[in-house]
Amino acid sequence: MDFLPNTQKDREEMLKTIGVKSIEELFSDIPPALRFKGDMKMPAALSEYEVAKLMRELSEKNSAKDLATFVGAGAYDHYVPSVVRHVLGRSEFYTAYTPYQPEVSQAVLQSIFEYQTMICEITGMDAANASMYDGASAAAESVTIASGLTRRKNALVSRTVHPETRAVTETYAKGHNIAVKEVPFENGVTSLTELDKLLASDVACLVIQQPNFFGNIEPVEEISKKVQAAGATLIVQVNPMSLGVLRPPAEYGAEIVVGEGQVFGNPMAFGGPYLGVLAVRDKYLRRMPGRLVGMTSDNRGQRGFVLTLQTREQHIRRDRATSNICSNEALNALAATVYLSWLGKEGLKELAEHCVAKAHYLADAIANLKGYSLAWNTPFFNEFAVKCPVDPEEIVKSLVSKKILAGYPLGRAYPELKDHLLIAVTEKRTKKEMDDLLAGLEGLA
Amino acid sequence: MRGLEPLIFEVSKPGRKSYSLPALEVEKKPMSEYLPGGELREAPAELPEVAEVDLVRHFTRLSQLNHGVDIGFYPLGSCTMKYNPKINEEVANLPGFTDIHPYAPEETVQGALQMMYELQEYLAEIAGMDKVSLQPAAGAHGELTGIHIIRAYHESRNDSARTKILIPDAAHGTNPASGVLAGFQTVQIPSNSRGGVDIEALDKVMDETVAGLMLTNPNTLGLFDENIEKIQEIVHKRGGLLYYDGANANAIMGIARPGDMGFDVLHFNLHKTFSTPHGGGGPGSGPVAVKKDLAPFLPVPVVEFDGEKYFLNYDVPNTIGRVKSFYGNFLVMVKAYAYIRSLGPDGLREASKDAVLNANYLLRRITEYYDLPYDRHCKHEFVVSPQRIKKETGCHTMDISKRLLDYGVHPPTNYFPLIVDEAIMVEPTETESKDSLDYFADALIAIAKEAYSNPEMLHKAPHTTVVGRLDEAGAAKNPRLRWRKGM
Amino acid sequence: MTYPANLKYTETHEYVKVEGNKAYLGITNFAQDQLGDIVFVELPEVGREIKAGEIFSTVESVKAVSDCYAPLSGKVVEVNDKVTDSPDLLNKDPHGEGWICAIEVSDPKELDKLMDVAAYEKHAAEGGGNH
Repeated sequence: MDFLPNTQKDREEMLKTIGVKSIEELFSDIPPALRFKGDMKMPAALSEYEVAKLMRELSEKNSAKDLATFVGAGAYDHYVPSVVRHVLGRSEFYTAYTPYQPEVSQAVLQSIFEYQTMICEITGMDAANASMYDGASAAAESVTIASGLTRRKNALVSRTVHPETRAVTETYAKGHNIAVKEVPFENGVTSLTELDKLLASDVACLVIQQPNFFGNIEPVEEISKKVQAAGATLIVQVNPMSLGVLRPPAEYGAEIVVGEGQVFGNPMAFGGPYLGVLAVRDKYLRRMPGRLVGMTSDNRGQRGFVLTLQTREQHIRRDRATSNICSNEALNALAATVYLSWLGKEGLKELAEHCVAKAHYLADAIANLKGYSLAWNTPFFNEFAVKCPVDPEEIVKSLVSKKILAGYPLGRAYPELKDHLLIAVTEKRTKKEMDDLLAGLEGLA
Repeated sequence: MRGLEPLIFEVSKPGRKSYSLPALEVEKKPMSEYLPGGELREAPAELPEVAEVDLVRHFTRLSQLNHGVDIGFYPLGSCTMKYNPKINEEVANLPGFTDIHPYAPEETVQGALQMMYELQEYLAEIAGMDKVSLQPAAGAHGELTGIHIIRAYHESRNDSARTKILIPDAAHGTNPASGVLAGFQTVQIPSNSRGGVDIEALDKVMDETVAGLMLTNPNTLGLFDENIEKIQEIVHKRGGLLYYDGANANAIMGIARPGDMGFDVLHFNLHKTFSTPHGGGGPGSGPVAVKKDLAPFLPVPVVEFDGEKYFLNYDVPNTIGRVKSFYGNFLVMVKAYAYIRSLGPDGLREASKDAVLNANYLLRRITEYYDLPYDRHCKHEFVVSPQRIKKETGCHTMDISKRLLDYGVHPPTNYFPLIVDEAIMVEPTETESKDSLDYFADALIAIAKEAYSNPEMLHKAPHTTVVGRLDEAGAAKNPRLRWRKGM
Repeated sequence: MTYPANLKYTETHEYVKVEGNKAYLGITNFAQDQLGDIVFVELPEVGREIKAGEIFSTVESVKAVSDCYAPLSGKVVEVNDKVTDSPDLLNKDPHGEGWICAIEVSDPKELDKLMDVAAYEKHAAEGGGNH
C-alpha cells in the first residue's frame, strides 16, 4: 500500500516536461558512492487489512489497558469524553499545520485563543500559550525565562517536584549554564528552613509543584513570600485538574505557571503526546517561548485571529530567539479546549471534588489496614503516599493478576522512600475497584 | 459565504452543561474538611457553559474555517504536508495504545515496547545509523537533543574548547536557536553559487573551537549538496561532528542515507517524512539517530530487547539525561510505525522518487513566469522568486500567496530561505497527483498574468476567504491574547 | 525622503540630535521605512552606561527585529515612554516625537566620526548598505 496517486502514464508525461528520461536522472547529483544500493532491512509492504490486524495484535499485548489504574505520578486516568475524540477526528483540524495563513486557519487560531483564555481563567495568569511539548519541558523553559529576566544564573527546584521534570530542567539548564539546586523536603512538602538557606540573592527562581509529586499541598503562601523577598521568580507546576478546587496560583504570587495538560482530555497513551501548560504574568510575555494567538480585525472589519508577537521566535530571531520551539501542541490543546467546554464552570469543580472525596475514602481505609500507614500527616488532593509493610514493587507486581495497577513505588525516584507506594484516584475509580485494592493490600501485609 | 463563528464563551449560558460524572459512591464532605481553607478556590473558573449539541456545532462549524491536507493542496516547503492515511488514525485510537499508563509494569506493555523497539530499528536502517531514541517530541526538540549529544561527546573527551556550531545561511531558523539553547555560539556559513555550502568559507572557520556542523541535505533550497563528501572530510578531520536536520528526508528514503554520507547524528520528523498528521502545529515527534560512538550519550530510557522481552533501559553510561517526561510522543510513533509497515522498504523508496518527480515537474511548469535562483534539478522541494513580477508590476510574494488562497490552495512557504529575495518555497510531496500539480501550476501562471493586468486586485487578495487580510501590526501593538466579557 | 540638517547619522541608520551636553537617539526615516509598521520598542534602562556601537534599543515590526547601535557613548538620562504605548511614533515622526532615549554625552569627539546630512542622504540613496 503506497498512497501514490500518479499513474505510470502521468509519470511519463511529467518526465517529458522536465526533459529527462527517467526519475533516476533527477538523482544524478548524488555522488555514486553515496547512493544506497541495497535493500533496507525491514518487513515488506502490507495491505490495509494486514496493518490493521498487526496493530490490533500489538495493542492487545498491552494488558495494562485492562487494569484499574491507581498510578498517577504525572499521568492520570481521567475519562476522555466522546466529544473530544469526535472533534479531534475532524481532519480540518488534524491535517492542518501551524496557522501561517490566517485567512484559511481561523479554526486552529480561534481554538487556540479559546484555550489561552481558559488557561488564564483557571490559573489567574495574564497570558498562556499552547506550544509546549509537556509539563516537564514547560517547567524547564520557564527556568530559562526567569533566568533571562532576573539575569541570574542559579535556579532552585524543590525535591517534591516530579523527578522527570527535575531531570528535564537539569538538561535544559546545562545549555544555558544555569546551576540547578534541589530544595529538600520535610513532612512531604518543601522544607522552609532549607529554602531559607538556599534562597540567596543570586537565585533566579524556585520551581515548586502544587499539589506536589506526593500529592501534598505545599505551604505556598510562605514559600511565595520568601521567594518574592529574594527578588526571584516563583514558578509553580500544577496539576491543572486540581484548580477545580484549589485557588489559582496567581493569587499567591506565582509569576509563571506550568503544568501537565494531559489531564484535560488527553489519554494516558503510554506517556504522550501530552500538553505543556505555560502561563505567565505580563512582564514575562516577551520572553515566552512558542506560538501566541492574538485577536485582531481584517480589512473588511470582521474579528479574526493571528499568530502574534512572532519576533520572539526562531524563524525571525534565529540564534537570539526565546526558544527553538516551533511546535504548537494545537491538537492536544484542542482536546483540552473541548474537554473544558464539556466540563464547563461547574463540571471542573465537581470533578475535582469527586477526585478529592474518592482519594480520601481510599486513603482513610488504607490507613486503617494493619501494617499500612499514610506517609505524612499533610493535606493532599487526589494522590497520597502510603508506607507499606512489604516492598511496593512486589505489591504492584502481585496485584496486576487481580487487574489492579496499585500505584507508583516511590523508591524508583526517592531511595529514602523505598517502602512507599504513591496512589492516585480519579473519578473513574469505582468503590468496588478501591475495595479490591484494599483487599489486595490487606492480603499482602 | 460562511459567517464567522462566535467564541465558545459567547454561546455560553448559565446552567447549561454537557458533562456527566460516574457515581460518587463514597461520602463527600465540604472541601474545607479535606484541604486547608486558605488554599481553596473561592469562585469557579469562568469556563463556558454549553450543552453537548452547542459544543459539537461550535467546533464543527469552526473546523470548516480551516484548510487542511484533506481539503486541498498544501505545498508548504520543508513541511512535507503529505496525505495522512486514515488507517493510521484508526489504529492509534485502539484502547491498547491509548489506555496504558507510562508507569505500567513492563510485562503489561510488551506490545507498546515491541512497536517502539522495531520503529527504532526501522528508523536506524533508513538513516544508516546505529541507534535511535524516540524521546524528542518534535524536530526542534530532536535538534536540541542531538546538539546536547555532540556537546556531551566532546566533554567526555575533555575537548572543552569547542564552543561553536556552524550553520549554513540557508538553514531552518530552529538550527541556530537549537545551537544556542544547547550552549553554543553559532557561526553562519555562506552558500555558494550552486546553492550548496561554500567550501572555502567552511574550510576557513572549521577549527578546534568548532563542535560541529548542522546541515540539511537536500537543503532548504531543495538542492542536494554535491560536496557532502568534502564537507564531511573537512569537519571530521578537525575533530567536529556532523548533524543532519532530517526535515527534508522525504527526498532520500532508500536512495541515500545520512549515515553513509558521514553524518554522526540526525533527527527525523515523523510528522513530515512518515506521514503522521501535523495537527495544526503539533504534536510531532523528532526521534534522534546516532552512530555507535554516540550511543552512550542518548537520552534515557532507550527501548531494548533481551531476546525474550522488551524493556526500558535507563543504564546509558554518559546519557545527556532527559529531554521529556516518559518516552516521547507514543501515539505519533504508532502512526509512523503503521505507515512504515504499510509501505515497506520499496514503498518508501517509491515515495521519495515520486516526491522528487512531482517537485521537478511543478518547477518546470512555472519557470516561464517565476525565476529560479539556482537552475538545477531539485529534490523534493524547490525555491522560486517572482523577481520579474515584482520589478514590473510591484506585486510581491505576499500578494501572490494571498491570491492563491482564492484558488483554494494553501500557499507555499514564503520569504524563506532568507538568502533568496521574495522566496517561494514549494514542496508538493508524492501524495499529490499530476492533476493537482497542474491545477496549482495553472493557478500560479494565472496569478502572474493577473499581476500585470490588475495588480491592485492582488494587493487586496484574498477575496473569497472567510476573513480578509488581518491587521497583524495591530495585533502585535496591542496584544489581546485572551477573551474577556464585553470584548 | 528628507533628513534634518541638524542631526548626525550612522551607517546603521541611527541618528543623534545634540542639545548641549544631552543627545537624543533614534532611528532614521530610512530605517523606519525599511522596517514597516513598528509595533514594539525596547527601551534602555535609565542610568545605563552605553558605549558607541553598543546596542541600546531593539525595534520590532511584525516580522522583523532591528537592533539599534549607539552613535555616541554616554549615560542614559531619559527614555521616551510615549513610544511604549505608541510605537508608531517612530514611523510617523522618527526624527522628532519618535526619539528613543537621551544620553549625557561622555565624549563629544565621537561626533566627528558620524555622518552629516549630505553624507547620510547619499548613503541612504545608495540603498543604505547591508544592514
